[in-house]
Amino acid sequence: MASISSRRLQKELTEIHMEGCPVGITLVKADDFETWWFTIEVMGESVYRSEVYTLQFRFEPNYPISAPAVTFVVTDGRKAPLHPHVYSNGHICASILGNEWSPVLSVVSVCITLQSMLASCKKKEPPVDNDRYVRTAPDNPKKTRFVYHDDTV
Amino acid sequence: MSSDYEYSDDDVDNVFDDDELMADGDSDGDDGMEMDDFKVVPKATRKAYELEYDSLSQPAVEKLMEKDVEYIRGILGVDDNTASLLLRHMGWNKERLIEKYMDNANKTLVAAGVIRPEPEAVKPSKRPITRRATKQRSPSPPKSSGSFTCSICFDDAPGLTPLSLECGHAACSGCWEAYITSKIRDEAEHVCRCMAEGCGLVAPDSFIRGAIDEDGFIRFQELLVRHFVGCNKNLKFCPYPSCTNTVSCPSGASKSSLTTVVPIVSCGARGLASDGAPLSQSQELVKRATGKEHKFCFGCVIDSDHRPVVCAVATLWLKKCRDDSETANWIKSNTKECPKCVSTIEKNGGCNHMTCKKCKHEFCWVCMGPWSEHGTAWYSCNRYDEEAGVNARDAQSKSRASLERYLHYYNRWANHEQSAKLAQDLFAKTEKKMEEMQITSTLTWIEVQFMKKAAEELDKCRVTLKWTYAMAYYLAKGNQKELFEDNQRDLERAVEDLSELLESPIEPENIPALRQKVTDKTVYVQKRNDIVLEDTAEGFVEGRWAWNVSVDGFEAPAAEPDTAL
Ligand SMILES: [Zn+2]
Ligand SMILES: [Zn+2]
Ligand SMILES: [Zn+2]
Ligand SMILES: [Zn+2]
Repeated sequence: MASISSRRLQKELTEIHMEGCPVGITLVKADDFETWWFTIEVMGESVYRSEVYTLQFRFEPNYPISAPAVTFVVTDGRKAPLHPHVYSNGHICASILGNEWSPVLSVVSVCITLQSMLASCKKKEPPVDNDRYVRTAPDNPKKTRFVYHDDTV
Repeated sequence: MSSDYEYSDDDVDNVFDDDELMADGDSDGDDGMEMDDFKVVPKATRKAYELEYDSLSQPAVEKLMEKDVEYIRGILGVDDNTASLLLRHMGWNKERLIEKYMDNANKTLVAAGVIRPEPEAVKPSKRPITRRATKQRSPSPPKSSGSFTCSICFDDAPGLTPLSLECGHAACSGCWEAYITSKIRDEAEHVCRCMAEGCGLVAPDSFIRGAIDEDGFIRFQELLVRHFVGCNKNLKFCPYPSCTNTVSCPSGASKSSLTTVVPIVSCGARGLASDGAPLSQSQELVKRATGKEHKFCFGCVIDSDHRPVVCAVATLWLKKCRDDSETANWIKSNTKECPKCVSTIEKNGGCNHMTCKKCKHEFCWVCMGPWSEHGTAWYSCNRYDEEAGVNARDAQSKSRASLERYLHYYNRWANHEQSAKLAQDLFAKTEKKMEEMQITSTLTWIEVQFMKKAAEELDKCRVTLKWTYAMAYYLAKGNQKELFEDNQRDLERAVEDLSELLESPIEPENIPALRQKVTDKTVYVQKRNDIVLEDTAEGFVEGRWAWNVSVDGFEAPAAEPDTAL
């Protein structure tokens, strides 16, 4: 059976190519239906002003039934934003990537949510449990059962 | 037997409700013995260390669930789907559900995912709507006139069937199947909400049945049963892999009972479940006869027999073993000094009988006491607080002494655990011997069963022995502890004797004598095991056991330095 993800991702990709991404979000790479890269930037007044971060999406064959694995890229000089819900290894603690994921969400809607998560941040600081988490974190953030720090993201 | 353990069959039924009786046909006919208005006598002769419980198959539990659903359906005037969703939402608490529903039906239905919240404020007096939540076909697919594009996978093939819950959020049947299957299989989740973001509707059972394949639905039903069982403190799901039985054990369900009872139960099944392939009748019979019982504790998370010791102490011990494994290994692998000439001694080999190379002093590695006090058998050293050992240890540092003490118990505990793990080997070896006996003697298959019986008994006793060391470690010093350790030593001895006998080579001419001996020793070992279990259980009921550490539900320990680590 052709995977659900390929048709769906093809459709999302076509839409991105036709309509473009929202302001501050740029598609970097989508060569296959397994890994996509975007850059995101917070527009307007923000503690992250003029900082560009790279997001990686990894898809399983049954995306969008299962949520994509989304992380900030932290290799080759790229860094994760200093944010209370973002670990220094790039993992993100956001409920929409976990138990509040819904198959009607899309790659772009995740980008927008993460962009606004950064935009609403008033103070750059790491998650309280950063060191402990990063030491033992699995490679795939979806294997982590996050206790969501708050319900708004 | 004190009456604390007894209760009538009525009490068993009260697990669920005062007004309901357990579904019949599921209690394997053991209650066909009621006599008029007399209190029902407990089964046969229940030992002090046994307690009453019932094993329920999955269909039996499903019957209990159906009864609750039927009851709610009758009282609230809703359909089965709605009653089920409401009950699950309220953790199967019927009273609270009825109360909440009477208070605000709409709010309760919304919270349970049966209906969507109405866009405008609802007049509080409005009568609850209880329409069917299952509508298989959404009235209007996103695009008009026949063509439908699934909003999840973007398929728009002509014959595509849109499916939706009451809310009308449609997706193709393939997406629904993938979504619900992934919830059930990957997340072990029985609550499948509508896929639309923010829509809280929960797919009712009839929708799920139609949306997924048979295997998936079977798994779904198991999840429902697990949820129901998890909501009821008198029930526990069998922890053995792929077993779907449940045990009902009200007398082991309250926390306070766990200071007097060790609620070890068995789900009624035996052996490991076959992985999918159905067994033939004869295979099934073999499994039932030879497979291990699914024994587990109703009172704690230990999924094996931990009698005679109560849950709190068993748990304490396991935690200690986990926490101390490093220290224990360090100490074990390290050298010690000869208690007499203080030269360094290294342990090589498993035996605890040490001889100092320099002064030829013989002593026990574990307790450091002179070996002469141990006799010839290592098991005489089950007791740690021997005078000589204490004196020898005083020379060593205090912290070291308490580690040594721990190791004394730990080594014996681990030794029995190891032996129990090797039980399969023992059974296999025994089978072979039984075959051998049939060839070399005139004994029939039935007549050589004594070997198997002996092996089984040994296995049981090793479990008991293992846990007696956990118990003894925490028992406060005194007469009671000494009596306990006397019983422990007698069982230990009996077990070693029988075990040696089983391992001895078979001489054809000796088989009748061996058979007699093994049978006798098996009976004896059984008796010793019973004494340990019975006496310990009675001790808990009488409040005879005192601990050297504080244990949940027990009196605080009298000050006793040096023992607790
Ligand atoms: Zn679809
Ligand atoms: Zn919906
Ligand atoms: Zn079982
Ligand atoms: Zn227990």
